[in-house]
Amino acid sequence: MPAPIRLRELIRTIRTARTQAEEREMIQKECAAIRSSFREEDNTYRCRNVAKLLYMHMLGYPAHFGQLECLKLIASQKFTDKRIGYLGAMLLLDERQDVHLLMTNCIKNDLNHSTQYVQGLALCTLGCMGSSEMCRDLAGEVEKLLKTSNSYLRKKAALCAVHVIRKVPELMEMFLPATKNLLSEKNHGVLHTSVVLLTEMCERSPDMLLHFRKLVPQLVRILKNLIMSGYSPEHDVSGISDPFLQVRILRLLRILGRSDDDSSEAMNDILAQVATNTETSKNVGNAILYETVLTIMDIKSESGLRVLAINILGRFLLNNDKNIRYVALTSLLKTVQTDHNAVQRHRSTIVDCLKDLDVSIKRRAMELSFALVNGNNIRGMMKELLYFLDSCDPEFKADCASGVFLAAEKYAPSKRWHIDTIMRVLTTAGSYVRDDSVPNLIQLITNSVEMHAYTVQRLYKALLDDISQQPLVQVSSWCIGEYGDLLVSGQCEEEEPIQVTEDEVLDVLEGLLVSNLSTPVTRGYSLTAIMKLSTRFSSINRIKKVVSIYGSSIDVELQQRAVEYNALFKKYDHMRPALLERMPIMEKTASNVHTMFFGGYVWYYFFTLNCAFLSLAIPPMTAYSKNGLKIEFTFERANPNPNIAVITIHATNTTEADMTEFVFQAAVPKVSHDLSVTFVLEWPSQSPDLNPIENLWRELKVRVAQQQPQNITALEEICMEEWAKIPATVCENFVKTYRKCLTSVIDNIYRNFWTIKRT
Amino acid sequence: MQFMLLFSRQGKLRLQKWYVPLSDKEKKKITRELVQTVLARKPKMCSFLEWRDLKVVYKRYASLYFCCAIENQDNELITLEIIHRYVELLDKYFGSVCELDIIFNFEKAYFILDEFLLGGEAQDTSKKNVLKAIEQADLLQECCMTDTVSQSFSMV
Repeated sequence: MPAPIRLRELIRTIRTARTQAEEREMIQKECAAIRSSFREEDNTYRCRNVAKLLYMHMLGYPAHFGQLECLKLIASQKFTDKRIGYLGAMLLLDERQDVHLLMTNCIKNDLNHSTQYVQGLALCTLGCMGSSEMCRDLAGEVEKLLKTSNSYLRKKAALCAVHVIRKVPELMEMFLPATKNLLSEKNHGVLHTSVVLLTEMCERSPDMLLHFRKLVPQLVRILKNLIMSGYSPEHDVSGISDPFLQVRILRLLRILGRSDDDSSEAMNDILAQVATNTETSKNVGNAILYETVLTIMDIKSESGLRVLAINILGRFLLNNDKNIRYVALTSLLKTVQTDHNAVQRHRSTIVDCLKDLDVSIKRRAMELSFALVNGNNIRGMMKELLYFLDSCDPEFKADCASGVFLAAEKYAPSKRWHIDTIMRVLTTAGSYVRDDSVPNLIQLITNSVEMHAYTVQRLYKALLDDISQQPLVQVSSWCIGEYGDLLVSGQCEEEEPIQVTEDEVLDVLEGLLVSNLSTPVTRGYSLTAIMKLSTRFSSINRIKKVVSIYGSSIDVELQQRAVEYNALFKKYDHMRPALLERMPIMEKTASNVHTMFFGGYVWYYFFTLNCAFLSLAIPPMTAYSKNGLKIEFTFERANPNPNIAVITIHATNTTEADMTEFVFQAAVPKVSHDLSVTFVLEWPSQSPDLNPIENLWRELKVRVAQQQPQNITALEEICMEEWAKIPATVCENFVKTYRKCLTSVIDNIYRNFWTIKRT
Repeated sequence: MQFMLLFSRQGKLRLQKWYVPLSDKEKKKITRELVQTVLARKPKMCSFLEWRDLKVVYKRYASLYFCCAIENQDNELITLEIIHRYVELLDKYFGSVCELDIIFNFEKAYFILDEFLLGGEAQDTSKKNVLKAIEQADLLQECCMTDTVSQSFSMV
């Protein structure tokens, strides 16, 4: 039986393969040889075979059949075997498979081995991939090694303990005694790993944190020695003594000093010292400064120190090294809320970073710029940010646009500026604007009453240029629908009014309806806008025609709207002006549900939902029952068409007083396209107030009371008499005012109709 | 540190060290995506990038990319130093290390890494100590082989 080929020879051979197929063939051949070798339980060459398997695994080929072999290698007495075996275990085994538990015993034995390098292998493997079960079993051994005087093992045990604690936090207590004099070690390796262990414990447990706070003076001393001591060749990196240890100590100090005045004070001096004395020409020095700044900002440091920290960051921003600039921007972003004024001083440098070539730096600079915008710098900042919006990568545009809207809302110096800014965003980055900005913008425009004419004119002109950006088109359609009359009558004060006819406006809106660029949502907006213009324009016939055409559109949403609008023209034409009149100023926040009722009315609101998924029978539910107002939902299938679910809302007022200002809002999810909301006004038989006969009864009561009947017979006589006496004119009057009364009731209800939002 | 990857400019993996438990499939996916992302970076860009919810620090040494994924509270600049320290160790061990050394002696590259980092953190900040430990372990490997007469010189 020839010896299996050596690892390096295999590597050489595989690298000569010219195609993927050739490589695969070689690999398969070798795998087969390895498999038979494993089957023969060949102890001599097991190590070699597993090593080859690991190489093939790195190339991406399956190697799971080598898992058990790794375990056999680990159990071997030969150091070579163990080395490869543990490596294989770390690469091939994972804690999800039970196989890995077989390692536990071997590791336990090796942790107690006479050779420290074997112990080291075991500690390394446990600390790298030990599962919770393994950690539980072996924590005791690790704890023992943490107390050894052998620094080679002690440092490894410390990091292994970190892993154990991460996997099984409850075991943290058990390592506490061993940490007692970890920091008195001279060996930097042990010191470094000990600080890591202490950091882990303090981060996980507030009790540990309290316990270890007393170490602050010792840590400060160690740090001081590192900085003050002369050149130490063993730990020197570019003239700085053990920067890794310095950084870890600074991080531990940060955790210990957080929200504790005494500790923070104890470290003030050393932080100032590190901040001022560290050499900044190389990355190492800057790494330490960076950690120092993070610590200063996080603990309760005095203001002088904080200013020092921010100035360091300011200097970082001017550094040639882009890594340093990146790190500065990240840190400034963290501190901009707490030290706003100090960061403001570096605003111009930050804004310059918007032009950096690096994507990460640009993003940080953008976030920071938005954080720095305030009432004083809004105009200048917005100029820069809009310029950035124009030229930035698509991945930024959505966030930038949202940021601009937010900043404009908070700090706009004037309404016109605000609207101009919004227009600029919509025209340059319109397709990246988020969905929720459209309703927000509409609300903003509605509330800027004096700017209506200007806004609609500008939006109209933008539409003439470009109809591809949907949010812009949607907002424009909506505006034209609302304020089209202002557009046509040329009422704009802010700029030269344009001459445009009703037909031209309708051309544009109809163009949106047929354009391929328009989404269904946009088409909905356009159709509604056209409909609204029926009360503002005189060319009603044209509008009627458009609406009736879309009554047979294949887009269900559009069809539904068109059908309802058609109905408005035909059956409810008297309601049309009221329904389509100008929107009132909207409140941004959802109002509380008060109720508007007339006496003990029950309003029925019928909702027809063409949703196929409503297949289950749903029991009725009480949605709200408080202070005499009860709202109940019942669900049933419509009788002729079982695909339609009818949701009925019963609202009852059981108090004696009237309830006023009932606002009903329905938010409809996008999923259900087919929602039809129909108001049907009905009232039950026993409800008095809106029945005109009530007024007549009152009239009779008054007349009868004047006669003062003394007994029942007299009462009957007088009633009959007075009834006959009531003139026809009185009745006529009641009928006339009744129409007005009804209209105003309907007005109030239909006002709420339009607050049905699509979410 | 969550993991460290070494790969060539063609995207071939030369070393992968994982400090978090993930399935083979997940590891392959992460490796593929991250390698693509890093290779797409232009030379003028900084060494840090945000990827998924991790911070990734990478540096190119000749034809090899050294790529580490660190946690949010870790210091990016010192991670660059850690990468540099590892490269120095490899350099000292192999004598002017190049990619081929790592290809043909990948197991040694792992041994050195495992002597320098444990669980993603540095065990020893002294270059000398790490190299000495490796040297001793190598000797131990040779010793135990020369014990048994029938073994050939290189077991692997």
